[in-house]
Amino acid sequence: MTMNGADAVLRSLEAEGVEVMFGLPGGSILPLYDAMARGTTVRHVLARHEQGAGHMAEGYARASGRTGVAVATSGPGATNLVTPIADAWMDSTPLVCITGQVRSFLIGTDAFQECDITGITIPIVKHSWLVQDVNDIPHVIKAAFHVAGTGRCGPVLVDIPRDVQEAELEFSYPDEVDLPGWKPPRRGHPRQIKAAAEAIAAAERPILYVGGGVLNAHATDELLEVAEVGHLPVVTTLMAKSGFPESHELHVGWPGMHGPKWSNYALNKADVVVAVGARFDDRVTGKLSAFAPGATIVHLDVDAAEISKIRHADVPVVGPLKPILATLAKALATSVVPGRTDAWLRQISEWREEFPLRYSAEPRSSDTVPMLKPQKVLEQLQELTAGRDDVVWTTGVGQHQMWAMQYILCDRPRTFISSGGLGTMGYGIPAAIGAKAARPDATVICIDGDGCFQMTSQELATAALEDLPIVVVIVNNGYLGMVRQWQDMFFEERFSQIKLTHSLPDYAALARAYGALGFTAETEEELEEALVEAIASGRTCVVDARVDPREHCFPMIPAGAAAVDMVEFDESEVPVV
Amino acid sequence: MRHTISVLVENKPGALTRVTSMFARRGYNIESLAVGETERHDVSRITLRVDCETHSLEQIEKQLNKLVNTLRVTELAPGESLERELALLKVSAPPSARAELMALGEVFNARIADLGPDAIVFELTGSPEEVDSFEELVRPHGLQELVRTGRIGLTRATRGPKGKAARQALA
Repeated sequence: MTMNGADAVLRSLEAEGVEVMFGLPGGSILPLYDAMARGTTVRHVLARHEQGAGHMAEGYARASGRTGVAVATSGPGATNLVTPIADAWMDSTPLVCITGQVRSFLIGTDAFQECDITGITIPIVKHSWLVQDVNDIPHVIKAAFHVAGTGRCGPVLVDIPRDVQEAELEFSYPDEVDLPGWKPPRRGHPRQIKAAAEAIAAAERPILYVGGGVLNAHATDELLEVAEVGHLPVVTTLMAKSGFPESHELHVGWPGMHGPKWSNYALNKADVVVAVGARFDDRVTGKLSAFAPGATIVHLDVDAAEISKIRHADVPVVGPLKPILATLAKALATSVVPGRTDAWLRQISEWREEFPLRYSAEPRSSDTVPMLKPQKVLEQLQELTAGRDDVVWTTGVGQHQMWAMQYILCDRPRTFISSGGLGTMGYGIPAAIGAKAARPDATVICIDGDGCFQMTSQELATAALEDLPIVVVIVNNGYLGMVRQWQDMFFEERFSQIKLTHSLPDYAALARAYGALGFTAETEEELEEALVEAIASGRTCVVDARVDPREHCFPMIPAGAAAVDMVEFDESEVPVV
Repeated sequence: MRHTISVLVENKPGALTRVTSMFARRGYNIESLAVGETERHDVSRITLRVDCETHSLEQIEKQLNKLVNTLRVTELAPGESLERELALLKVSAPPSARAELMALGEVFNARIADLGPDAIVFELTGSPEEVDSFEELVRPHGLQELVRTGRIGLTRATRGPKGKAARQALA
């Protein structure tokens, strides 16, 4: 069928089964938007900023397990996608970005809204294409989805000059991709899986250290089976949160900088650490030389380059996690001695009792009006949603994110969506909108900070007008809270450029300006009332929970310290400000 | 420890940039780099000399393999491969020194590519070590300008290239 390049892009997206794309039009992408006006089955969600569109596509991808699609114009439109692309790169989120480019004959002339976006993004994409021939469009789109979603997932970019979108081609969508250099591993080596099973069966203190790869691999069922068959404790990283049911007795928390002490003890005192789609990130290991000293490392990963990148793997298994874990479960079923890990699990339970998450629920003696505790906001959210399997959480980045990790329990896969590797403030609101597009049935709650909120709050308009209602709960401490914590703890309380104030803007009024419901809460009673109403409303809501800015997120591994040397909440050291 | 890596890549726009950008981003040190066509017009060969002091050869090879345009990554192990380099050297050559320099060139099989009243341009092809030696010997005469291509290499014919995977991939 004869059509122009823009129509070919849409027919290709339809052939890939794309349901929704997130974007914002501009000059160089006009032909594609004109093609949308002529008709497509792909829903377009109009963002207010291309960064928002990119994070929406990421949120969609993470909530659905499919590849997200973001669209932007050339120049500033494309550069605004750079942060989401970098975010997707760090967190291995499958993302296809389609950008318009200036007309072919203008490339290299510093034309209006020209920028070399394929050049800019080379370090943060799996691959990218600058389409120079309209006949290449179907092949490139096919290849883009294939690369984004196979092997280790991640972002790709397709840059299409305006004249290429307008040129005509005879369209047919290819069945096969033509990528001779792209060969992700198809299966793990049976001998290595056997060796992994032997190491686990022989261990006295084994632990599964699970990363986001398990969610990308759709391997959560197989993971559960491995854990149950082997009677193995499981820690999930921030990226893996919701990848293993958190009310399960074998779930022993979250490792790393703000993980509970007992979780870090369990990981660091294990004799066999089984890394499953995890990458020994510095926020998890703390001081590397002191991380799980002496432990045998079994490393299962689809990306061969992660093996022994940070920590030497004694038993590497490279390949897709789903079949590897299924085979491993079978091998463990015949080799594991029942009861072997009982003493180890008891030990972890004892640590759990010895080192619970703690904060002072009592108001400080110097306060005339008691202030709401930030941790209480998370506790209330957990209480109000406990047992529900239709809640999806997103977060920004900072203290509120770490408290969300600690206090919110997720039992269903893909229900906790957060920016891990890049630590992108402002991720929460657009990611929530994308998640809502993926899960219209679910209540999507963005736990945000006041700093994060102000980076992407314009997308509340998108949520309201596109009928993608989300609940935004701002853990509002009036500061860039995590920076405040670091300045307080490591820079001798020299606070520098962190004060945002609790009340400017008036978040509830701002919400109302966007057609959303706005609530302000300064006490536990007000908070509960607001949260109940917001969650039940089915509308886009902003709950401004004004909390005590002096609260630190504990426990904490100070940067460069060993994971077992966590700084804990100490009541006697609470500064009286 | 230095290694020579031979990388076959699809001859596509940006393929070289993706390789060099990855090296820069990951902090890998490139000592020399040469790129050119191969027996196939759609495949280029990049020969890299890398310093593996702080990053392992294995890690560098794996990161190269992840690039979508990369078809095959091979280490050119000493003894099992040939390495050559081409150099052009412009050396001060007043009439009094000319004979000695020309004799020196002969020993190294260096061709005289250009001869002027005060200088000679030598063209030398050889192993990188031979080029080093020649450079050292002519330097006292006044080495005005020097350019080296960076090393290129192939596995020895006696060993036979292990190109099966790449050939199959391209078939």
